[in-house]
Amino acid sequence: MSRWSPYDLNGGTCIAIGGEGYCIVAASTRLSTGFSILTADKSMILEVNDKCLIASAGFDGDRSQLHKVLTFRSENYEHFHKKPMSCPAMAQMLGNTLYYKRFFPYYTFNLCAGLDDQGRGCVYTYDAIGSHERVGYSCQGSGKDLVQPVLDNQLKAPSILELPPKVAVTSLSQAEAIETVKIAFSAASERDIYTGDAVEIFILTPEHGVQKEILPLRRD
Amino acid sequence: MAVSSWRMDVPGLDGKCGQASRAAADLALGQDALLTNAEVTQANFPLPAVQNLDHFGKKVEDLVKPDHGTTTLGFIFKNGVIIAVDSRASQGSYVSSQTVKKVIEINPYLLGTMAGGAADCAFWQRNLGMQCRMFELKNKKRITVCAASKMLANTMYSYKGMGLSMGSMVAGWDPSGPAIYYVDSDGQRTKGTIFSVGSGSLYAYGVLDQGYKWDMDIETAVELGQRAIYHAQFRDAVSGGTCSVYHITQSGWVKLRGNNHYDLHYQYYPDGHATSANSVI
Repeated sequence: MSRWSPYDLNGGTCIAIGGEGYCIVAASTRLSTGFSILTADKSMILEVNDKCLIASAGFDGDRSQLHKVLTFRSENYEHFHKKPMSCPAMAQMLGNTLYYKRFFPYYTFNLCAGLDDQGRGCVYTYDAIGSHERVGYSCQGSGKDLVQPVLDNQLKAPSILELPPKVAVTSLSQAEAIETVKIAFSAASERDIYTGDAVEIFILTPEHGVQKEILPLRRD
Repeated sequence: MAVSSWRMDVPGLDGKCGQASRAAADLALGQDALLTNAEVTQANFPLPAVQNLDHFGKKVEDLVKPDHGTTTLGFIFKNGVIIAVDSRASQGSYVSSQTVKKVIEINPYLLGTMAGGAADCAFWQRNLGMQCRMFELKNKKRITVCAASKMLANTMYSYKGMGLSMGSMVAGWDPSGPAIYYVDSDGQRTKGTIFSVGSGSLYAYGVLDQGYKWDMDIETAVELGQRAIYHAQFRDAVSGGTCSVYHITQSGWVKLRGNNHYDLHYQYYPDGHATSANSVI
């Protein structure tokens, strides 16, 4: 009997941090399979519009299909409603899109991040079949086990479930948050073989829209 | 079937999804259905072209490791219903979140709890919320807990054997008084007064059965629920995070507590307390 195997794992790490008045989304650009590197500059971030980005780690084939479907739907939405899709709306739609493939999942691990209606940073984190949650910051992909504990340590805010309610947004400034992301990626590239070559950093602000920066990482 | 499996699935915006979910809602409401039950199952969810779906499903589950692990409890007493839950989600041994909202607020009189696969619970209880709203609009009165739980159980039964994972309590207050129904992904549905669901349920039951009395006051009941969840979080590795407690009366639900496990531990067992577990003697 032939073995049908529809999935691969191409590695890569992505991080998103939402703060008061900014949002940062970053992802490494290395694409690997097993011990081989396929390419050093493959973007895994989809720019939906200037208020919302989606970063997906996991299998590249499913990622490109997922991004195609999401682009199609967000364009459709713009034509119907004459406005770009908000980040919370996109987040719910991504959740439903993933769940509708419940029995044949997209092998992707996503972050949906951007700015909400008040111009605050918002980050949504997902599992492969569409369970999602709004958080202050998150990390997905092969370097998740290395990076997430560092983010918890540097950024941890009180849980939104607590009563009486506490402010659950990171107190870091934009510059500090960017620096934290850069440190986290260079640290991950030291110990995770699937994270390296370079990292794309997108900075979203209500004033300046989307700005992009590229930080070189270890290439070995 | 192979053709429908590979079709690009376009529910979200183009009305196709709306149609199918309306059909699903019509089915539940006993209306003329556009699709048969089996077709609803197939219509929105593309399946892989494999002989053994069960085997494929298990392999995929190993690969994607969806969010799992929980303690939830609910009980009825003289002054209403108490629902208490933890907030941890794990993927294998990795803790993927400490801030999951495991109580789903279906409407101001109905709550659902989440145990098992997070996506399965969240998606179908959101769907249940829609079905309950449709019922309200059609019948000009609120749905009973009995009927709402049956709609969820029917949905689960229609997907039986396809690998969904959900253990839920549907709790609320309707004209016949307080009620809790346990509904799971096998299609089982049971009415009861005390339930606990999830990997930490054994620990929670221990505390709950020991302290439960029908005529407790509200404060005692809330404290009992919180304590049961605290002990489950303490002993069960895949339960933890924040403990949330809800109270339901005839005027609807209110959230009364939301406490971090860490704070609860030092509240119940201040440093040096002799009964503090794992203390060095």
